[in-house]
Amino acid sequence: MSASPMSDFLPVTLTVNGTAVSRMVAPRTTLADFVRTDLQLTGTHTGCEMGACGACLVLMNGEPVHSCLVFAIQADGAAIETVEGLTERGAIEDLQRAFHERNALQCGFCTPGMLVTGHAILEKGGLPDREHIRDALSGNYCRCTGYEAIVDAIERALREREGCA
Amino acid sequence: MNASVVTPIGAPVRRKEDHRFITGKGRYTDDLSRPGQAHAYFLRSPYAHARIRAIDTSAAIDMPGVVAVLTGKDLAQDGLGGLICGWMIHSKDGSPMNAGAHPALALDTVRYVGDHVAVIIAETLNAAKDAAAAVVVDYEILPAVADLAQAQAEGGPVIHDVAPRNTVFEWELGDKAGTEAAFARAAHVTAIDIVNNRLAPNPMEPRAAIGDYDAGDDAFTLWTTSQNPHVARLVLSAFVGLAPENKLRVIAPDVGGGFGSKIFIYAEETVCAWASKRVGRPVKWTCERGEAFLCDAHGRDHITRGELALDGEGRILGFRVKTTANMGAYLSTFSSCVPTYLYATLLSGQYAIPAIYCEVDAVYTNTAPVDAYRGAGRPEATFLVERIIDKAARELGMDPAEMRRRNFVTAFPHQTPVIMCYDAGDYGASLDKALALADYTGFPARKAEAERRGRLRGIGLSAYIEACGIAPSAAVGSLGAGVGLWESAEVRVNPTGNVEVLTGSHSHGQGHETTFAQLVSARLGIPIDQVSVVHGDTDKVQFGMGTYGSRSGAVGMSAIVKALDKVEAKAKKIAAHVLEASEGDIEFKDGRFTVAGTDRGLAFAEVALNAYVAHKFPTSEIEPGLKEGAFYDPSNFTFPAGCHVCELEVDPETGVTQIVNWVAVDDFGTVINPMIVEGQVHGGIAQGVGQALMERVAYDNDGQLVTGSYMDYQMPRAEDLPSFTLGLTETRCPSNPLGMKGCGEAGAIAAPPAVINALTDALGTQDISMPATPAKLWAVAQARVTRRAAE
Ligand code: FES
Ligand code: FES
Repeated sequence: MSASPMSDFLPVTLTVNGTAVSRMVAPRTTLADFVRTDLQLTGTHTGCEMGACGACLVLMNGEPVHSCLVFAIQADGAAIETVEGLTERGAIEDLQRAFHERNALQCGFCTPGMLVTGHAILEKGGLPDREHIRDALSGNYCRCTGYEAIVDAIERALREREGCA
Repeated sequence: MNASVVTPIGAPVRRKEDHRFITGKGRYTDDLSRPGQAHAYFLRSPYAHARIRAIDTSAAIDMPGVVAVLTGKDLAQDGLGGLICGWMIHSKDGSPMNAGAHPALALDTVRYVGDHVAVIIAETLNAAKDAAAAVVVDYEILPAVADLAQAQAEGGPVIHDVAPRNTVFEWELGDKAGTEAAFARAAHVTAIDIVNNRLAPNPMEPRAAIGDYDAGDDAFTLWTTSQNPHVARLVLSAFVGLAPENKLRVIAPDVGGGFGSKIFIYAEETVCAWASKRVGRPVKWTCERGEAFLCDAHGRDHITRGELALDGEGRILGFRVKTTANMGAYLSTFSSCVPTYLYATLLSGQYAIPAIYCEVDAVYTNTAPVDAYRGAGRPEATFLVERIIDKAARELGMDPAEMRRRNFVTAFPHQTPVIMCYDAGDYGASLDKALALADYTGFPARKAEAERRGRLRGIGLSAYIEACGIAPSAAVGSLGAGVGLWESAEVRVNPTGNVEVLTGSHSHGQGHETTFAQLVSARLGIPIDQVSVVHGDTDKVQFGMGTYGSRSGAVGMSAIVKALDKVEAKAKKIAAHVLEASEGDIEFKDGRFTVAGTDRGLAFAEVALNAYVAHKFPTSEIEPGLKEGAFYDPSNFTFPAGCHVCELEVDPETGVTQIVNWVAVDDFGTVINPMIVEGQVHGGIAQGVGQALMERVAYDNDGQLVTGSYMDYQMPRAEDLPSFTLGLTETRCPSNPLGMKGCGEAGAIAAPPAVINALTDALGTQDISMPATPAKLWAVAQARVTRRAAE
């Protein structure tokens, strides 16, 4: 049945959303395909497969990475967090609320990547101005919203966290 | 996340659909898997034009994990028909358009890079891709023509034998003699040559499909990224011949944006559905971005010469237009109506123009098919009208705003010379409001201040109009449409008083789950969380025409209103029996049926329960249950219109444009949810700015796609766009019950001429084409410096 003999597969052990995971993967499997297909975490999207759209952003050891540009085997030993994990542990509750309140999404396809970038901006702290927020979002394509509402939502979450909402 | 409240029309109700999208729980087609599914990969033509002498699949079939390798011969053997274009256009001489055959998998000829040669189905996508490399295709390379300007040359490559000189049709609209006469008495003629750049729609979710044949029931299910699943089913049944409609279920689950590109019936989903029967397993395909650039239908791509005849006071006497429209290598589903009835019918703009004559040649080239993209024909018309009127104003030394005002249509209804009858509007009001919000009179001071900083500042107007609410069925039928363009709705009231609304519209970002529920909540007086919207599944919703052309409000919601009228009427009958009153005395308000002049009444939910319990009314007269459906056919198009103002600065040292201010004043008629409308306007402007400044699909002379990825095709990013200042004016649309006009395409239609008009103002030349990239603008700015130095 299988396309390739099992010997073509390599073991990978990592933590995904706080859970230890061990699997055999084809070496060319990207981290994006691994979380989407092997782990059925379909919140992470792929929009370009080349690091240009940001739909596939996940956290790898706390830093945003394009999961389409990382092979699953490169994530061996790493801690990966996807939008599902961030949601479950309540890490982006304020950001999600701000997206909802400000209508910062339409089709929703770019949204998980936007939330990962937004999370990274919030984690950095401080009160970057709108130009800085736009700059920090420049790796995320959204074809629906024209970005203004996304910038507004992130700004609002920043202000709330800084206690000056 | 939704408050349990009744939501009035006009309130910025937060979206019901957000929760799943912000938690990663959306259900897009590629998120789905079917038990036992195999994966499809398409082998595509590397050549723009070639004859296929032979395809040898034997080595590929022997590769590990390969389930099947299928070609056009297999499709033909199973008797499947080709893809169709559903709108017949006739040439000036009365002859029908020259439509070449469009097999889902090529039979003997490939006609563009990316054309479908074979499908490889395997256990994994990797195995399918590996096997694709082992398929041996013997091509005889043919001369190709990718350049629209060359495609009609005598003696050039012929793409379809049925279309001499690659000409699909030579069409005309308007009054030729009357227009010639207007030019004969003109005091001034302004001419303009325009290339409307070819665009890739690029919804962020690539297309995908899963075909699943159930041998037990002899029935197909197709999950696909579609804006109109019922139309997909109709085409696959009636024309492709895949299966009768009762044996084919099409489901469009969450769809990540469409912008037109997911209206069409493409080769890939057709093949996945068919192949699932052939191989006896579900077949899944997901498009990669590179493939999307190759074969998602592109948009725009016109070459146009326009001439405007004016009297001595700047009043338009006549308008003459000659357009060549690129159709690509095949006629896509609705391609033929885009450069004709969706284009030339809007050439009157917001202006009273006594005579218009337009000729359009539609032309095959060895490029991907071209079809509707956000606005579809109307952005091309608006760009032409708003550029030429601006140019005319400058030639006559008039203020562009005054020039427009002088020519506005001011009395309604207004019959244009190009079919459309504008029903309502106030173009002066939107212009005035836009100029005020943009501080138009303060512009010269801002320009002078920018000049001191070494920046070239410009301001540009765009007073657009579009025809939406697509469309009155008999009217479009008389123009060649193969379908009626009504919409359907069904309102199912459950015994406990909550409601399901089934709609033939489809939401792929527009927020129908919210606005449609908002409408029902307001009308029935029940909390919005008790209303669910069901769409995108041909087994649940009987039929519908889908979402495009800003039609879901004006047409889709009108159908819901019609169904709600019937629900209310029946509920009143039931309430009358339960309350032992006469039907004429029953009033319905704020979710309660009351007997006029008394305090006796029933809540909506109590009437719903009574409808199903059916104890208290004669079922010989009134059927039990509370469920009503409606089909709504619009009586006219709707005419959203408005005025956008773009103010920008160009850095002459780098050619980089910075948009510093954007004002959009739109008249969409009644607005159900201003928050959602705002989002539609923002997104539309962003795409229009993309067309004006960055986006262009380019092919080289051999028909190779040069812009095949996000490294070569630039779209606006967050840092490229300003914040927008929005304003509304409102004239109700008289032709539908809610007075709605539609808002989905306005920004994409209005924005490109606003940007280019602002650039011509900044740089002092009319010679600026789209996309106005930094390289182009730098050259213009440098030439300007040299010119000034010489003066
Ligand atoms: S899919 Fe990874 S950046 Fe686009
Ligand atoms: S919401 Fe559709 S791409 Fe961003």
